[in-house]
Amino acid sequence: MSRYTPEEKVKIARDPGRPGTSDFIAALFIDFFEQRGDRLCGEDPSILGGIARFHGRPVTVIGHRKGKDLEENLRCNFGMPSPEGYRKAQRLMRQAEKFGRPVITFVDTPGAYPGKEAEERGQGEAIAQTLALMSALEVPTIAIVTGEGGSGGALALAVANRVLMLEHAVYSVLSPEGFASILWKDASRAGEACGVMKLTAQDLRRGGIVQGVLREPEEGAHTNWEAAFRTVDAALTHELAALDKLKGPALARQRYEMFRAMGQGLPPAGREEP
Amino acid sequence: MNQTFSRRRDRLLTYQAMREGKITSSRRTRCSACGEESPQLEWDRNFQVCPRCGFHAPVGAYYRLSNILDPGSFQELEDKLSPADPLAFPGYPAKLSELEQSTGLKDAAVAALGRVDGHKAVFAVLDSRFLMGSMGTAVGEKITRAAEYAGKKKLPLVIFSASGGARMQEGIFSLMQMAKTAAAVQRFQSGGGLYISCFTHPTTGGVTASFASLGDIMLSEPGALIGFAGPRVIEQTIKEQLPEGFQRAEYLLDHGFLDRIVLRNEWRAVLSQLLALHEKGGRP
Ligand SMILES: [Zn+2]
Repeated sequence: MSRYTPEEKVKIARDPGRPGTSDFIAALFIDFFEQRGDRLCGEDPSILGGIARFHGRPVTVIGHRKGKDLEENLRCNFGMPSPEGYRKAQRLMRQAEKFGRPVITFVDTPGAYPGKEAEERGQGEAIAQTLALMSALEVPTIAIVTGEGGSGGALALAVANRVLMLEHAVYSVLSPEGFASILWKDASRAGEACGVMKLTAQDLRRGGIVQGVLREPEEGAHTNWEAAFRTVDAALTHELAALDKLKGPALARQRYEMFRAMGQGLPPAGREEP
Repeated sequence: MNQTFSRRRDRLLTYQAMREGKITSSRRTRCSACGEESPQLEWDRNFQVCPRCGFHAPVGAYYRLSNILDPGSFQELEDKLSPADPLAFPGYPAKLSELEQSTGLKDAAVAALGRVDGHKAVFAVLDSRFLMGSMGTAVGEKITRAAEYAGKKKLPLVIFSASGGARMQEGIFSLMQMAKTAAAVQRFQSGGGLYISCFTHPTTGGVTASFASLGDIMLSEPGALIGFAGPRVIEQTIKEQLPEGFQRAEYLLDHGFLDRIVLRNEWRAVLSQLLALHEKGGRP
């Protein structure tokens, strides 16, 4: 069914021509009001967030931003957030909960930035707190992996009631390059790593990690943005309607149980699958 | 002169210990931090802290618990949990059985019920001998069950971390353990439970970026490397050398991420004090 190998999908997922968070926001929402800053020490443009209307309804929308040209790439650190970005996301999520707005996130990052200042200001703590906060939100949350879902830096925006993936997006514990260099001490075996990591949307759907795969146009979302927007719009509409049936605490419970089950019931190591 | 004296003292100590039947050899162990050798006996007396430089060498989970818990209070929880191989990763099952043989552990975490100075709590300890204490599905599940058990029994939760992060061999399933464990300790804490997180050397990656950074009280052994990205990855990224002491416990204390640094022989006293201050599991 899939025309592309996992290795090809990694290339497509990273294609700079794919629609990014700012494109989805511009196409699917109106009245977007960008909120900046973590209210502690800084503003990190690699995470874009704010309030907008989705089919008339106010929502909070947050996503990774890679940038559209070199200048913006540099300003957004190629979509690799610093602690300030995650703390801004936390602030926006708390506010969404206060005003009863659903939270919609777009995930597309190589990973959190492994820099000196990021460590100094608590990259690990910032991600951990975002995971904890997101896990307990009492408003509907939907995450869409649109490109590269890289490691904890991606997960921090994806502890949602529904995690959906575009058909050619990827989502993994680490980049295939990092995976190969850790396990085989050889980053050039990244292609081989793509094959074993189960990082495609289809693999993740089968493994119960994501709840839906969104069809992309013929050759991928980068070749027909309009089609990709229509698919995502329909999926968000559908999922929001379903989540609206749950009250606040039930939303938190559903999300907890869903992540709670991940990794349970797998066949023990050393035994063949039946 | 000093060195000659201390060598003679070492030999004497070793000799006495051998005579008393405490050790059977004059084995000496080299410190991986300062490079100096000391008699194993001195390491043992020092809870595996280097007698020369104070380096807190990594220790196994059972050993750590045996030095912290009241004698006879250790009661292991969830000891049947065993690892999965969701990627069918080449060589992984063999590696797991080899480690089970050599360490006696099924995976990198041990959970237990125990007491410190009579104060009852749930403990979870990561063991760096088992694939660097990395978190796969079994470790994530054990931490989660420990938090859930502590919540149900209204007991405080104490976790000692030592981890290279998410376990690569279990891929995305390892990544999801970050969300699962963070959610579990968050739920435990919002129910009024006290969670004390204790870092030990080294703790990085997905463990730092999940449950280990979420304690109500944050403690660390001295000199422990604590970070999200490892120092080598950072150096490759920024193309400069990191300063001495970067990402060490003392550095984190200075930057506001820890409450206190605790020497290995102080754990009992510090935990006892904190547990006493939160009688009834931290509930009023
Ligand atoms: Zn030493």
